Amino acid sequence: MVKLVIVRDDGFHNDDLDGAKFVSSSEVAVSIGEPIHLNLQADDEIDNLQPHFPHIRVIRIQFSSFENGTGFSLAFRLRQLGYRGRLRAEGHLIADQYPLARRSGFDEVAIFSDIAERQPAEQWPIDSAQKGLSYQSRLQKAEDQLN
Amino acid sequence: MYQYNDFDQAFVRGRVKEFRGQVERRLSGALTEEEFKPLRLKNGLYLQLHAYMLRVAIPYGTLDSRQMRGLADIAERWDKGYGHFTTRQNVQFNWPRLADVPDILDALADVSMHAIQTSGNCIRNVTADHFAAAADDEIEDPRQTAELLRQWSTDHPEFQYLPRKFKIAVTGSQNDRAVTRAHDIGIRALQDSDGRHGYEILIGGGLGRTPMLGQVVRSFLPKEHLLPYIEAILRVYNLYGRRDNKYKARIKILLHETGLTLLQNQIETEFQACQSRFSGIDSELRQHIEQAFAPPSFVAVPHDQFDIRMTGDSAFSEWFKTNTAKHRDNHHAILTISLKPVGGTPGDATSSQMRVIADLAEQFGYNEIRISHEQNIILPHLPLGHLPQVYDRLRDAQLETANVGLLSDIIACPGMDYCALATARSIPVAQEISQRFDTLRLERKIGPIKIKISGCINACGHHHVGDIGILGLDRAGVENYQITLGGDASEKARIGKRAGPGFSFDDLIPALERLLEAYLELRLMPEETFGDCHRRLGSEPFQRALYPADVQQAA
Repeated sequence: MVKLVIVRDDGFHNDDLDGAKFVSSSEVAVSIGEPIHLNLQADDEIDNLQPHFPHIRVIRIQFSSFENGTGFSLAFRLRQLGYRGRLRAEGHLIADQYPLARRSGFDEVAIFSDIAERQPAEQWPIDSAQKGLSYQSRLQKAEDQLN
Repeated sequence: MYQYNDFDQAFVRGRVKEFRGQVERRLSGALTEEEFKPLRLKNGLYLQLHAYMLRVAIPYGTLDSRQMRGLADIAERWDKGYGHFTTRQNVQFNWPRLADVPDILDALADVSMHAIQTSGNCIRNVTADHFAAAADDEIEDPRQTAELLRQWSTDHPEFQYLPRKFKIAVTGSQNDRAVTRAHDIGIRALQDSDGRHGYEILIGGGLGRTPMLGQVVRSFLPKEHLLPYIEAILRVYNLYGRRDNKYKARIKILLHETGLTLLQNQIETEFQACQSRFSGIDSELRQHIEQAFAPPSFVAVPHDQFDIRMTGDSAFSEWFKTNTAKHRDNHHAILTISLKPVGGTPGDATSSQMRVIADLAEQFGYNEIRISHEQNIILPHLPLGHLPQVYDRLRDAQLETANVGLLSDIIACPGMDYCALATARSIPVAQEISQRFDTLRLERKIGPIKIKISGCINACGHHHVGDIGILGLDRAGVENYQITLGGDASEKARIGKRAGPGFSFDDLIPALERLLEAYLELRLMPEETFGDCHRRLGSEPFQRALYPADVQQAA
């Protein structure tokens, strides 16, 4: 198993979920009662997941290629459906995508060690992701930004 | 004119800084070529046949004199002294060096311009009617909507890695001058029977190798619902659009494969969810945009000189009749400056020509300039009394060609002269056509007609929606030109049909001559345009002219 490097707003970390058992979206229904680690592929349907949110500890969304941006919309939709738990983008993402991932609703990005070596922590635009000022946030009325 | 606020200014500077860093990281190897590609494309930088090409956005085709001079300076300092205006209200520089590009982007930021999202699989420069706020048939200024969409789509975190490029066009008039039916989303301002302002929304238009016209997905969208509705369309597309084949990745294919009703339901469901989170547009920001597009207060100028020239100077009056359109104020005209001189490259302007146009706009035209999708430049508000001076100065700069809407006002893609995708030349075809019909002195007799040329199947020259479309292909190493007939880019949009087998480069011009001679024979009266005549008779009589029996036997 390839080691993952976790990128958060405070830099690179080891994977605290290394070795944890993840289930697919079709297995969620039979996993009720335990804290669920859910693995989603880009083409998974997520509308039926809502009732299970209270039992889900973490959802990771797979990025097969950094050019496939489906995961950004999946993340946005999960948040729109009311998922408040931990949300991870995992796979081939590049440093320049970190602010997009954060603003789409992800908490963290998990990358393979080869990308982490090529694009070390200082190349990840964590600062700009933290400022959070964007055209999209400015467009809506101020009270909405509290949500 | 929309003026950048502090946020806009800080944003474009931030993007230049970011791109400077990305170029450095590419050179150091931190970014692979594959990873760098979408990043440079999002900043307008293409790799063409001979060199890099930088595509700069002119949002909704509007710019002022300062910005036009900025473009002139860039062309002179970092390019070969000219720029190329495109069918999507962009300007392209064909010869920049990669290392210079961050400096060019800084020079653009100096005049409140950028190259953001002019390329790549994201939401592109939002285009709008080039006659906005000047035409007398307008329901509302489409640029307010386009500016709102520019802000919303810029750096939208979800929609930077879509299945494919995504183009939006807005018209504020029933007379569609923005080709809305050939865009991924077409937006048409309208008023319902209660006088409420809203939009008709079309999706799934696009030319390329599978030309399709947009279909109405919402016949009336209240104005305040625009952003959540467009967001819903984009989210559905980003989730379900195909990514397995780039030629089947546009929303038109999703529409075709899903069916309008089902896709419409998916969009409406998503819209309900988006709308519940959307609290409306910030009122200060909305005001800033509305004020930005308030029309100037038009001041009439005595026009005795104009009247004298109209009666005594046939070149002037010919130019006036051909190149101006009716303005909403009777003492003004909308002037189209043709970038299609006989034998020239459609859409090219030199730095000194750009400066002349900037000066004229500043001195006479309320400081406003527009770029049209037909690759011409427009001075939207000119007092009639100033037109003689404007004409004389344009003539000195070789910008007085009186051919707007006529045969030599050709749309042509860059073709094999620049483009890496092209399979045939387009610019030389346009040049030959304009020269040949100039020699024959037939242009005015033929009257309004749209000829559009693409140098490959991707259809950047919009050949599908020309009265006469020309598509250049490669047949076993030889250029071959197919002719389509009966296309229409207006509110009556129609995809043209292929007339028959293609022609070689040398046989193409004689074939067009036969075609247009036939039209002159077939039309009921001089007022019946080529398009009207074709609508009445269909392609058959024109095909007979293109493929007479003796030519067929010889082939």
